Amino acid sequence: MSNETEMTSFAFTPENLELAKKIIAKYPAGRQQSAVMPLLDLAQRQVGWTSIAVIEAIAEMLEMAPIRVQEVVTFYTMYNQRPVGKFHVQVCTNICCLLRGSDGVGDTAKQVLGVEWGETTADGLFTLSEVECLGACVNAPMMQVNDDYYEDLTPDTTKAVLDALKRGDTPKVGPQNGRQFSAPEGGPTTLTELTFGTEKA
Amino acid sequence: MLRDQDRIFTNLYGIHDWGLKGAQARGDWDGTKAILERGRDAIIEEVKNSGLRGRGGAGFSTGMKWSFMPKTEGARPHFLVINADEGEPGTCKDREIMRFDPHKLVEGALIAAFAVGAHAAYIYIRGEFILEAKHLQAAIDQAYEAGLIGKNACGSGFDFDCYVHRGAGAYVCGEESALIESLEGKKGQPRLKPPFPAGVGLYGCPTTVNNVESIAVVPTIMRRQASWFAGIGRPKNSGTKLFCISGHVNKPCNVEEEMGIPFRELIDKHCGGIRGGWDNLLAVIPGGSSTPALTKDICETVLMDFDGLREAGSGLGTAAVIVMDKSTDIVRAITRLSRFYKHESCGQCTPCREGTGWMWRMMERINKGEAALEEIDMLQEITKQVEGHTICALGDAAAWPIQGLIRHFRPLIEAKIKGRASSAA
Repeated sequence: MSNETEMTSFAFTPENLELAKKIIAKYPAGRQQSAVMPLLDLAQRQVGWTSIAVIEAIAEMLEMAPIRVQEVVTFYTMYNQRPVGKFHVQVCTNICCLLRGSDGVGDTAKQVLGVEWGETTADGLFTLSEVECLGACVNAPMMQVNDDYYEDLTPDTTKAVLDALKRGDTPKVGPQNGRQFSAPEGGPTTLTELTFGTEKA
Repeated sequence: MLRDQDRIFTNLYGIHDWGLKGAQARGDWDGTKAILERGRDAIIEEVKNSGLRGRGGAGFSTGMKWSFMPKTEGARPHFLVINADEGEPGTCKDREIMRFDPHKLVEGALIAAFAVGAHAAYIYIRGEFILEAKHLQAAIDQAYEAGLIGKNACGSGFDFDCYVHRGAGAYVCGEESALIESLEGKKGQPRLKPPFPAGVGLYGCPTTVNNVESIAVVPTIMRRQASWFAGIGRPKNSGTKLFCISGHVNKPCNVEEEMGIPFRELIDKHCGGIRGGWDNLLAVIPGGSSTPALTKDICETVLMDFDGLREAGSGLGTAAVIVMDKSTDIVRAITRLSRFYKHESCGQCTPCREGTGWMWRMMERINKGEAALEEIDMLQEITKQVEGHTICALGDAAAWPIQGLIRHFRPLIEAKIKGRASSAA
């Protein structure tokens, strides 16, 4: 594995160590290996990626061979095996997004950020990735930036979201065309006859 | 069309409060104790009689699956595992349940766990669904606090713990034995069956694995009775179903409808029709990316349920309906799926590990017009060498979309190859 950045040691922060203990307690005694995925995620949230140092620290914590943790890191796509930008922009190009214009989303993202798939901007702010289906298919095309989904994108709204992030603003997540989540555009065709008094303002 | 009062997912569009108060106002957690008091066998019988078939794609009877669990707990504890690793391209229904109706899932988990004698449930949710995992965890926390789950859940005397486990981006973990491996902290590579999870599952213990939607409909079935659910749809294809309609319709959406609704009615009533009108329809993938595409002719009359779509040479799968109009380069679209399956093959079985790569590269050649006409038959042969020769269904899933393309759209493939040949001449 080629490390672009050296990370010679890793330790959870005290708060994260507490969280890690709670996570391990979710699994039966002796089955602490089950916590490997959530702990890798926790470590990645702390330092940005899953370095060898992270792998070794978690292996020790869970009494696993480091190679078993390494296998998990390389098997699942969400573990960053090298550092990524502050914003990890992941554009879905699978079939439903393709049919609704993910070419335009991808091209716009490349143009706005000035990078190709898999690259990070020179200022370290953005990493752009092409990803597989993210499970928001009726709101295609879409992209995920860090934890958030931006849906029903056009080239214009893609640019608007990325420009907002560049400026340090917080763009509204979810559908970018004013839709009520996954309801048909223009309003639901069902569930219109029911009231529960729990409607959100 | 299904009446609103027969819809289960009444907060599908997130209009209402998804928390405990809102959920209770919509009827969740009503009389749960009385449901549990009916006993394991009665619950399993009710679910069997409802005709509920697994909503994750395979369509196996949910009640039957529960009945495979040992009747009494031996030395090994029982587990309920809920498959929320929603990753089949086109599918985005479990997401809505978890972010807008999470209490239906938590209540269903309690009832299902009780029915299979499990005191713990793990909900394995795909890693990218971060907001959804937060809502689900919040709902679980609310349920603990209200005494609905935990020690003496709902005052029933039954102890039940419910945990959320986040995945990290691997489609194959939607396969139940790969999911169990992943939950044990390993690479998500499917296990050979038998033994089935009901005998040897999570940590080597008896385990039931069910899809989110299958579990989330159970409380309503128990409250409204099997006959209500069985009365919707057609025999052996009963109940309501969440459909995810994406692609070239005027208004893509998720909607809960009656099983067996005609395709055309589904599209016209809820999606504003096919983009450019009905005659502009080219093809439909009716049940998520793994199911073979159908032609417009078939779509004129096809009924959207397990048997209707099987008779049409495809499948209901997850009821993720991907619509393609005549502007679609369907060869490119299926090539994209081939790339997906190549990326997601876990590498364990040679026919899948190598075959998905071959199929993708051949599709790329055809897509670019670099292939010869006879390669279409070679590709078909390769799909047959992958199909049925692997531990899990990912190999089949990679083969079927290509077979559907060749079966129904061969002239379009040939046109692509000839187009390149003639422009080169």
